[in-house]
Amino acid sequence: MQFPSKKPKAVTDLKAELYSQPLQFYGQPPLENISLSEFESFAVDRLKLLKTVENLGVSYVKLSDDYKKKLDNEIKTQNFPHGAGEQTEKRRKDHISHFILRLAYCQTEDLRRWFIQQEVDLFKYRFKELECGEKLKFLHKNNLQYNTISAEEKDNLREKLATSSYTASGVKVEEQDFYKVPFQDALDLVRTRKVYLEEGYVYIPHNEIVTIVLNDFRTRLSKALALTARSLPAVHSDERLQPLLTHLSHSYLGQDYSVQKNVGKISLEQIDSLAGKSFPLCMRQLHQTLRDQHHLRHGGRMQYGLFLKGIGLSLEQALQFWRMEFIRGKVDADKFDKAYAYSIRHMFGKEGKRADYTPYSCMKVILSNPPSQGDYHGCPFRHSDPELLKQKLQSYKVSPSGVSQILELVKGMHYQLACQKYFELTHNVEDTAFSLSHPNQYFTESQKVLGGGKDVKRETDTLQRPQENSAARGLTREPAGDESQHLAEITKNLETDFQDA
Amino acid sequence: MPSSAYDPACLPDLLPLYYRRLFPFAQYYRWLNYGGVQKNYFQNREFSFTLKDDIYVRYQSFSSQSELEKEMQKMNPYKIDIGAVYSHRPNQHNTVKSGSFQALEKELVFDIDMTDYDDVRSCCSAADICSKCWTLMTIAIRILDRALRRDFGFHHLLWVYSGRRGVHCWVCDEAARKLSAAARSAVAEYLSLIKGGEETVKKVMLTDPIHPFIRESLEVVKHYFPQYALQDQNILGRKESEEKVLALVPEDVKKELQEIFQEERNPERRWRHIEVQAKKKQTAKKRQYFEKEIMLQYCYPRLDVNVSKGVNHLLKSPFSVHPKTGRISVPIDLTDVDKFDPFAVPTISLICEELDRPKADEDEAKSEDTKGKENEQDSTEKRKIRDYKRTSLAKYVKYFDQFLAGMADSWKGKLLKQSDLQKEF
Repeated sequence: MQFPSKKPKAVTDLKAELYSQPLQFYGQPPLENISLSEFESFAVDRLKLLKTVENLGVSYVKLSDDYKKKLDNEIKTQNFPHGAGEQTEKRRKDHISHFILRLAYCQTEDLRRWFIQQEVDLFKYRFKELECGEKLKFLHKNNLQYNTISAEEKDNLREKLATSSYTASGVKVEEQDFYKVPFQDALDLVRTRKVYLEEGYVYIPHNEIVTIVLNDFRTRLSKALALTARSLPAVHSDERLQPLLTHLSHSYLGQDYSVQKNVGKISLEQIDSLAGKSFPLCMRQLHQTLRDQHHLRHGGRMQYGLFLKGIGLSLEQALQFWRMEFIRGKVDADKFDKAYAYSIRHMFGKEGKRADYTPYSCMKVILSNPPSQGDYHGCPFRHSDPELLKQKLQSYKVSPSGVSQILELVKGMHYQLACQKYFELTHNVEDTAFSLSHPNQYFTESQKVLGGGKDVKRETDTLQRPQENSAARGLTREPAGDESQHLAEITKNLETDFQDA
Repeated sequence: MPSSAYDPACLPDLLPLYYRRLFPFAQYYRWLNYGGVQKNYFQNREFSFTLKDDIYVRYQSFSSQSELEKEMQKMNPYKIDIGAVYSHRPNQHNTVKSGSFQALEKELVFDIDMTDYDDVRSCCSAADICSKCWTLMTIAIRILDRALRRDFGFHHLLWVYSGRRGVHCWVCDEAARKLSAAARSAVAEYLSLIKGGEETVKKVMLTDPIHPFIRESLEVVKHYFPQYALQDQNILGRKESEEKVLALVPEDVKKELQEIFQEERNPERRWRHIEVQAKKKQTAKKRQYFEKEIMLQYCYPRLDVNVSKGVNHLLKSPFSVHPKTGRISVPIDLTDVDKFDPFAVPTISLICEELDRPKADEDEAKSEDTKGKENEQDSTEKRKIRDYKRTSLAKYVKYFDQFLAGMADSWKGKLLKQSDLQKEF
């Protein structure tokens, strides 16, 4: 993305041209100046939209009425192009926000895969909502020059075309145009045998063309992300952008449990039973390992230790807890006080640069620091071998049908949804009222369900409001003159939910 | 042709002989080098060897034909697998920055294994095969070969006998080698009709309209069904197999047929009754295809999608020896596919024996060589060529040569294009 100082006339025309279309392939990056706050707010809004796309995609059949209604709602809420009427501003936002997120999501395979999946689903929804004429216009403007077959060829193939797809048999073959497309460009249709295939080409009726368009979109985006990744070092060297982009790719847009109002409400004796009842699987596993082996490696200590801080353990309690357990193992009291105690105090912000570290969100657990041999941290849904995960779930008395639902979600890489499903099954609830993005959130919600309720609820409400205020403050302050001050605001906000490794 | 009794314990003695005097290295290299059109294609190819005592080594790679020969003669692998062409030499993959070492290309492959048909063959099970159930492989080859050529437009297919109980197909077209994992899996799924494992009774469900691919495949199945299923496998002749067949038809039809079968014992006529019932059940609205579904369930190829999906998947190499049977994985000549007999495939012990015992055609082989004096190969090469020619391996290598000649035209074209482009600069 470039920030040139002058806007040539040609570019303005191009923009007008681009924003007159309801849908685009994001082939050209935006060429204009924007403020840092617009940069952030556009990106955050699009991220919220894509998260909704992800959640809806698993909770509902894609493109069913419920799905469409809810997605439509979110598009309106986040102020993206929608329906009829003046759309230029929204289309501009759509254009810019897409490219910003490319920067944030191009860095790893996992991030790219997630981003591509949600963008493809969003695109599919929007393409299908286009009217027929608009669809054709889109195809032509975007050089999808697949050739239609001649009337003669159609005649020769008539019976074969009619018997190879539902749509073809419904509508007369004569009345429709058929496109001849290389089979590699229409894999979904080939896989399901919904189309006639001959000599490596598929013959697609006009109204099936959306599948092709989607494939094309996916391929283009995938290539673009690979290219973007290469130019990332240059972007990251801009210190205004680097923290923002890192925040975007690790953010989960919610509470971060950095401030605990319920310190001291948990006693050490409760932890064992809480682990079985209210801990998410990752923390349950870490707790179990700690009890069994009287030791955890660094990754596990960080992930579990910060979680315990988040549920309300005080520093004194934490020291007692870890010390007690480690002494049972190979560590003597002296060594513990010298080596491990320091790092626990560090976690609570009592050592070093005195930063009060925040408990890891699901995104962080899933994406950073994958466990290796001898580690027990990470997300079991992401990092455990499916067979082992299955056994573990079975040992925790999850029903066979529940286990297969969870494994299905894991296969689709919906790790947080798998954890949510685990929540539902272990708490005997139909539907979680929340969208899981943080292990401490799991704990809080679990306590709510189990009747631990009222106190905890009030606390989470009060915790939300200060968060929102500071976010709003950062966004509404325009960098009228003092950009450095504005930058300080933004980075201050980021630090509260910016998590140190 | 009778094969000498093969004893696995002799492998350590036979393998060195095989790799020194019989393995067709020249043709093998010619294949995997693909005309030298792409740089380092052979050098970046992964091979894996299974050595004595089940020692398995991966990421083997070789910089030339002679290095390949030397290494294989040194290691005498019991099994050879071929993997993908990577971004770097596989034997140096540890020196490459993690994430950069990628599988780039590989032939599109299919593996048909007889054990996948155990629920529908009564003559054998597990690793056994016989001439009765081998028909399943013939059917598989015909259906898949047709589809890969006519539907997908591939031209260079090498079908290979696996050495024991199945066949492999190597699709060597450039377009095939460049396919992504997603594309390979799509091709494999297009070709799959049998769905379900142990727990599933009815494994084939057809819906309207019947896709042209299924129609074509049914034509092949129909050709073999009467002899293979009704006669050889006798699926309607014995009580328990008859019940298995009837489990695949709708309840009401099943009852009617059971009554009819009380009187009618003849398998062919019983099948006629099933066909008649199917026709009766056709209404304008709802089509019943159970007789087709039965034929497909008993005969249609069962392929392992996982073998075809992965770009980096390793598959047994042609001309590799099968340690348990001693048979050589030979290419199958499709012009005579009905006549292919897995039990006539030469074993390593047979061809080693034939090296010493001059065959009838040896005079022919001798005269060919005296003519080829313009050949600049040294005498050891000449001897090697003579060697396999006097064994039963000869006709298979000849067929492989024809296969390579077919591909060579496309390589020539490519090389010309490349040199033309260079001239422009």
